Amino acid sequence: MAVRRVVVTGIGAICAQGKTAAEFWQALQDGRSGIHPIETVDVSGFKFRNGAEVPNFQPTEYFDEKTASLLDRFAQFSLIAAREAVADSRIEWTPELREAATIVTGSCVGGQLAQDTGYADLFLEKRCRVSPLTIPKTMANAGASHISLEYGITGPAFTFSTACSSANHAIGHALWMVRNGQAEVAITGGSEAPFGTGFLRAWEAMRVVAPDTCRPFSKERRGMIIGEGAAMLVLEPLEAARARGARIYGEIVGFGMTSDAHHITQPSVDGPARAMRLALRDAQMAPEEVGYINAHGTGTAANDPTESAAIRAVFGDLADHIAVSSTKSMHGHALGAAGALEAVATVLALQSGIIPPTANFIELDPQCPIDVVANQARRAEVSAALSNSFAFGGLNAVIAFRRVAG
Amino acid sequence: MSEELTKKVIQIIAETQRMPAEKISPASTFQELGIDSLDGINILFALENEFNINIPDDSAQTIRSVGEMIEGVQKLIDESAGKPAAG
Repeated sequence: MAVRRVVVTGIGAICAQGKTAAEFWQALQDGRSGIHPIETVDVSGFKFRNGAEVPNFQPTEYFDEKTASLLDRFAQFSLIAAREAVADSRIEWTPELREAATIVTGSCVGGQLAQDTGYADLFLEKRCRVSPLTIPKTMANAGASHISLEYGITGPAFTFSTACSSANHAIGHALWMVRNGQAEVAITGGSEAPFGTGFLRAWEAMRVVAPDTCRPFSKERRGMIIGEGAAMLVLEPLEAARARGARIYGEIVGFGMTSDAHHITQPSVDGPARAMRLALRDAQMAPEEVGYINAHGTGTAANDPTESAAIRAVFGDLADHIAVSSTKSMHGHALGAAGALEAVATVLALQSGIIPPTANFIELDPQCPIDVVANQARRAEVSAALSNSFAFGGLNAVIAFRRVAG
Repeated sequence: MSEELTKKVIQIIAETQRMPAEKISPASTFQELGIDSLDGINILFALENEFNINIPDDSAQTIRSVGEMIEGVQKLIDESAGKPAAG
C-alpha cells in the first residue's frame, strides 16, 4: 500500500488564552498572554504567583453536574477540546469508522487534582476513606477513555505520559497509525490540569518557575510559567478528507523521537537535534524547507540555550532564516498538553501565513542565536514547520508540518 | 563563618549526596564533588528545612562551591535573626 498522507481536518483547544481554537488563535496572533495571578490555588507564601489558568472555567457550562463530578478537570479539558475538534471536522460517524478510529492522547500527571483531594481527605481531614471515583478520575487515560465513550469509538485508545513531550508523542503515533492504515481517523492531542497545591509546591521545589512571567530566549528570563488546558486534532488520510470535502488545515508529515541518556532533568543538545533530524527524515523534508519552528522554549535558564544550539546543530546557517517562537510565553507550559496546543498554533500559522510571537520578550540572550519572533506576530508565507517538545527524563519528540495549498 | 555551621552544612551535603563528610571541605567546588543542578536543589531543600530559611531561586543558580553555600546560609540565618519575631 502506498504511504498515505495525513491531514488535520478538525481542531479544538481550551487554555489560558481562550476556550475555543478560534479564541486561542486570535490571542496568539494578537500576542495576548494568558498569564495572570493564579486564582484556583492559594499561592500566598509561594515563590511565584502567576500562572496560565483557563479563566473562569465552569464545568457545568459543558457537562451536567453528574458527568462533571465523574471527570477530573484534566479529563474535562480533554473532552471539551475533542468535542470542538470532532464538530469542526464534520466527520460523520458510521459503525465501521468508529471501529477504525483511534484516540491517542498525552498527559503528564493525569487527574492530579482528584488525587490531591484524596490526600487531603486522608491526611488532613483524618478520614479513613476516599471517594471511589479517585481512581477513574486520576488515571492518565481518563481523557482518552471519555472521548471513546462520548463517540462510541471502539478502535485503540491510549495515552502517552512522557512529561512535557506527552502530546507530541501522542500526535506522532497517531500520525503513524493513520499513515500506515492502522486507523482511518485519529483524535489526538493532550491535556493537563496541574493547578493543585501539592503539584505547584513540587514545581516550586524544582526552582524553575519564574516569579514574574515567561520570557523565552530573553536575557532577562527567569523560568517557566505553568499552564493548563487541552488541544485535540482530528487526523485523516488526505484522500479520505478530500473525498468527503473536508476542510484541511494542514498536513502532518513527520515525527522524530529520541532519548538523551544524559540526565534526568538537565537537557542535552544532541538528543533534541537528533529528534529534529529524524522528524525531517520521516517527513522527507529538506532542512531548507523549514521556515518556522514552534520551540519548546520554556524560558528556563537551561532549556533555551540548549534548544538554540540544537537548532543550530541541525540547520546551521539556515537557522538565520527560520522564524522561531515560543507560544509558551502566552499559554504557559501546559506540560502534557503543551505539544497539542503548539501543534494547533503551528498548523494555523502555516495555513494563515501568520507566525505567532514570543511574548514578554525584552532582549535576545546571546546564548540563543536564533531568529526569535518577538512580541508581535510576523507575516510569512512558510511552507513547512517543526514543533519541538523536550521532556524531563531526556525524552524528545518533534513533529513536522506542511502547508496544504488551497 | 562559624565552625559549627560549616560542620552542619557539610554534614547535610554528605547525607544528601550519600558521600563521606571527610571528602567535603569549604573549598570543595560542586564540580569536584559531582554535584549537578538536581543535587544542588536537593541540598538547598535540606538546608531550608534544617535552618528554617528560604533560599531564593536566583542565588541558588549562582552558588558553585561549599564555601559559597555556607556563606549564603549564614547570611540568611543572620537576616532572619535580625528581624523582629513575626509571631
